[in-house]
Amino acid sequence: MTTPQPSEGAELRLIGLTKRFGPVTAVDNLHLQVASGAFIALLGPSGCGKTTTLRMVAGLEDPTAGQILLGDTDLTGLKPYRRPVNTVFQSYALFPHLDIYENVAFGLRRSGVKDVKAQVGQMLELVQLTGFERRRPSQVSGGQAQRVALARALVNHPKMLLLDEPLGALDLKLRREMQLTLKRIQEEVRITFLHVTHDQEEAMTMADTIAVMSSGHIEQLGHPEELYERPRTRFVANFLGQSNLLRTTVSGRNGDLAVLRIADTTVAVPADRVPSSGSEVHVGVRPEKLDLVAADEAVPQGRNALEAVVIDTSFMGTSTQYLVRTGWGQELTVFAQNRHTEVVAPGTLVRLTWRPEHAFVLEADAETPAAPRPAPVP
Amino acid sequence: MTGAPVTGGSVTGGPTTPPLIAPAADTGTDVAPPVRGRGRWIPYLLLLPGLLWLAVFFVLPMLTVASTSLQEGSLARGYELTWRVANYTDAAQRFAAQFVRAFTFAAASTLLALVVSYPLAYFIAFKAGRWRNVLLLLVIAPFFTSFLIRTLAWKIILSDSGWVVGTFQALGLLPEQGRLLATSVAVIAGLTYNFLPFMTLPLYASLEKIDRSLIEAATDLYASPFTAFWKVTWPLSLPGVVAGTLLTFIPAAGDFVNVRFLGTPSQSMIGNVIESRFLVVLDYPTAAALSFTLMLAILLLVGLYVRRAGTETIV
Amino acid sequence: MSRRLWRGVTRNLVGFYAALALLYLFLPVIVVIVFSFNDNAGRFNFTWQGVTLDSWLNPCGVAGLCQAMIRSIQIAIVSTIIATALGTMVAFALVRHRFRGRALTNLLIFLPMASPEVVLGSAMLALFLNVGVRTGFLTILLGHIMFNISYVVVTVKARLLGMDSRLEEAAMDLYADEWQTFRRVTLPLVTPGIVAAALLAFALSFDDFIITLFNSGNTTTFPLFVYGAAQRGIPPQINVMGTALFAVAFVVLIVGQVTRRFRRS
Repeated sequence: MTTPQPSEGAELRLIGLTKRFGPVTAVDNLHLQVASGAFIALLGPSGCGKTTTLRMVAGLEDPTAGQILLGDTDLTGLKPYRRPVNTVFQSYALFPHLDIYENVAFGLRRSGVKDVKAQVGQMLELVQLTGFERRRPSQVSGGQAQRVALARALVNHPKMLLLDEPLGALDLKLRREMQLTLKRIQEEVRITFLHVTHDQEEAMTMADTIAVMSSGHIEQLGHPEELYERPRTRFVANFLGQSNLLRTTVSGRNGDLAVLRIADTTVAVPADRVPSSGSEVHVGVRPEKLDLVAADEAVPQGRNALEAVVIDTSFMGTSTQYLVRTGWGQELTVFAQNRHTEVVAPGTLVRLTWRPEHAFVLEADAETPAAPRPAPVP
Repeated sequence: MTGAPVTGGSVTGGPTTPPLIAPAADTGTDVAPPVRGRGRWIPYLLLLPGLLWLAVFFVLPMLTVASTSLQEGSLARGYELTWRVANYTDAAQRFAAQFVRAFTFAAASTLLALVVSYPLAYFIAFKAGRWRNVLLLLVIAPFFTSFLIRTLAWKIILSDSGWVVGTFQALGLLPEQGRLLATSVAVIAGLTYNFLPFMTLPLYASLEKIDRSLIEAATDLYASPFTAFWKVTWPLSLPGVVAGTLLTFIPAAGDFVNVRFLGTPSQSMIGNVIESRFLVVLDYPTAAALSFTLMLAILLLVGLYVRRAGTETIV
Repeated sequence: MSRRLWRGVTRNLVGFYAALALLYLFLPVIVVIVFSFNDNAGRFNFTWQGVTLDSWLNPCGVAGLCQAMIRSIQIAIVSTIIATALGTMVAFALVRHRFRGRALTNLLIFLPMASPEVVLGSAMLALFLNVGVRTGFLTILLGHIMFNISYVVVTVKARLLGMDSRLEEAAMDLYADEWQTFRRVTLPLVTPGIVAAALLAFALSFDDFIITLFNSGNTTTFPLFVYGAAQRGIPPQINVMGTALFAVAFVVLIVGQVTRRFRRS
C-alpha cells in the first residue's frame, strides 16, 4: 500500500455515528463535520464517548451504525491499515523491541516507501529529537516518548492525525510546552488534528474548534471563546471554567435589554439572548467578570449590581478568589485580579457589579437553588 | 517430570514468577480485539490440536482407568467389564494403610518444605536487593541434576557410615546403632527436598508483590516487627502459600521413588502400590481403582483447600 | 528488647536461615559432583574410596548409559517442539480471542498439572493396554507432550498477558495488516516467553521418570537407566552425567541472565 499523499480533500464527516456495547450506548447518533486542516478537540469527562469516537475513526472499533467519511472516501468498514489516518496513543505504544529510528520508520516500511532515512531524519528534526535514532523506548523520557509517537504518526503524511489524550502522563510544565508544540506543528503541516482530552484548558489552548461531549452526544460545538462566553447548556457552562448561575424570572424590557427579577432586585441582559417563551431563565456570570466593590461605592452607569457578604477568601497568586453570599443565601464566586494591595476581609458587605453583555443565559432547570422571598441583607 | 522446578516467565530472562496452578479467571475478553467475520473460527482452530491431544492422552486414559477399575479378570483369562464396585472397597481395605501413609508423609513434607522455604523466600523478596536474581538462580539450579540422582545422593548423605548419622548419634538424636535410611524420617526428608523449588518460587512470587508501604504503615501504627509480619505480610502471602503447598502436596502424595531409594516396603506409599500392581503384579483392576481413588481424593482436597483459602485464581 | 536490637537479630536471623537453606539445597549436588570422582571398585557408589578421573575420562564406559542419554535427548527435543507449538497456539487463543468453552479449556489445561504423575502415567498405560498399543519410544513421547502442553500454555499465557495490546493496534494503525502485525510486533515480543516455555518443557521431559516408567516398554531413557542402576549398582559415570547436566543447565541460565542484562543496556 503506497503512502497516502497529503491532500486538501481531508474533510471529516461523521454521520449518525453510533456505538453500543451491549446495553450501554457509548456514542449516540453523532453528527460532526470538521474542515480540512482544522484542529478540533473532543472534550468531555470520562465515559462521554470521546475516545470511542476516536477509535472508530481510526478503525480500531467498529461502529454499530453510522458512517465515517474522509474527503470523498467512506472509511466505515475499512481496516485501520487501509485508512490514511494515524493515531498518537495515550500510552504512546512505542514498540519496545525496536529503536526510535525503526519505530518512526515503521509505517513507512509497511507502505514500501523508498527514502526512509531522509524522511525519518526530517521528522525527528521537526520534533527536536535528532540524535535519538538508536535509543530504545525504555531509554527516553515521557515527553520524548510522546514526541517519538507523534513523529511516528506524522511521518506517514496522513490526511488526519488522531490524538488520544497524549499529554495525560506529562507533568504540568511539560504539558504546557507540548500543547504549544503540537499547535505549532499542526499549523506547519496543515493536517487535520482530532484531539481527545478531558482537560478544558488544554482544549482551549490548542484547538480551533471544540466539541463538548457528554453521554455519547455533542453538547455544543464551536470556537473556544464561543463555548466559554456563550455556553448553551448547563453542562458546558460548568465543564469549561466555573460559572455563577442565578435563577431569574423575566420581568420586562428596557430598550435592548431584558429585565430579569431575582429576589428583591433586578438584573439586565441583552434581550436577544433571552428565549422568547418561558418566564424563568438562568443568568450565568463567570467569576472573572464580576467586580468586587465596597457596598457604599456608586455603581457605574449600565452595570448590574448585587449586594453580598464576603464569606471566604483564597489567595491564588495572580488573583484572589472570593466566596460571597447573597441576600437570598446563594454563594457566588468572584475572581479578582490582584491589582490592589488590600484583600477584602470576610464579613465585609460588598457589591458585585458586571456589564450586562458579560452574562450568558440558559434555559431554566431544577438544579440552581431558587431565590427565596426577598430578605433584607443583615 | 518431578524434580525439575516449575519456572515460568522467561528462563532466558532469569527466574521470575513461576506459573502457578489452578484455572485463572477469564481475562481474555478485555484484551481481545473486535472479531470480524471469518476471524471467528481462528480461536477454535488454534485450540483444536492442543485440546485434542489432551482429550486423547489425558481424558481418554482417565476414562479408561475408570472403566478398568470396574472390570474383573486376569491377564490369562482376559478382563471383562462387570461394574465390580467391590474392586474399590477391596482395594480400600487392603491398602488403607498406604493411602494414609501417603497423605501423612505428603502433609509432613509439605509442612517442612513450607518451614524451610518461607524464610528463604522472604529473604530473597525483602532483603536480597540486587542479588535477588542470583539467589533465585541458586534455588533452581540444583534441580537440574536428575531427580533420581539427587535422591540417590541423599542415600549417600544419610547412609549409616555417613557424617549425618554420625553427628546425630553423637548428639544423642539417634541411638547407637540407629539408622536414618530405611526409616520414615528419610522418606519424608527426601520428599521435602525434592519439591522445595515448587514451594519457594510461588512463595517468592507472592511476597515480592506485597506493597512495602503496607508494612511501613503497620509499623507506623505501633506494630512490632513480628506483629507487622503476622498481621500484614503473612496474610498477603497466603496466595503463594496455597499455591506452594498444592504444588508440593500433590506430587508428594503420589510419589514412590523416595520410598524405593530411602525407605523399605514397610514405608510404602500408595504410589508404590499402584506401581507394583500395574507393572509387577499386573492386577489392573485393583491398580486402576487405586489410581482413580487417588485422583479423586487429590481433586477433592484441592477443591476444598482452595475454597477455604479463599483464593479464586492462583494462576 | 529494644526495637533496634530486635530488628538486628531478625535481619541476621533470616539471612542466616536463608544461607542454611541454600546449603541444604546444594548439599546433594555437591555430593553428586564429589562422588563422580569416586574410585569405587565395588558395585555401589555409596562409600568414598578414593579419587580418580577414570569415570570422567570414560563417561560412556557403562553399557547402555550413553544410549539412554541419547534417547532422553531425542524424546526431549521432539516433545518440546510439538508441545511448544501446540501450547503456544492454545495460549494465543486464550489471551487474544473470544470463544465459548473458556472455562472448560482452562480446566483441561489445569487438571494434568494437578494430578500426581503416578495417576497420569498409569492411566496412559491403561489406555495403551486396552487399545493394544505396544509401549515404547512412541508412547513415552506421546505422554511427554501431553503433560508439557499445560506448562507451555501457562508460561506463554503469562507472557502474552503482560504484553500491551495497544502495540498491535498501533501496528495496524501504521499500515501493518494482521499477518505483518503478528510477524513484526507480536511474535518478537512473545518469543522470550516461548523460549522459556520450550526450555521448561525440555527440562521436564528430560528429567521425567514416573510417567516414562509406566509407558516405556523396552526403551530406556536416562532416568530409567538410573533407576535400574540403583538396583544393580551405580557407577560413578551416572554422577558424571548428573554433574554435566547441572553444569550445562547452570551455564544456560547464566547466559540467559547475562544476555538479558546486556540487551537492556
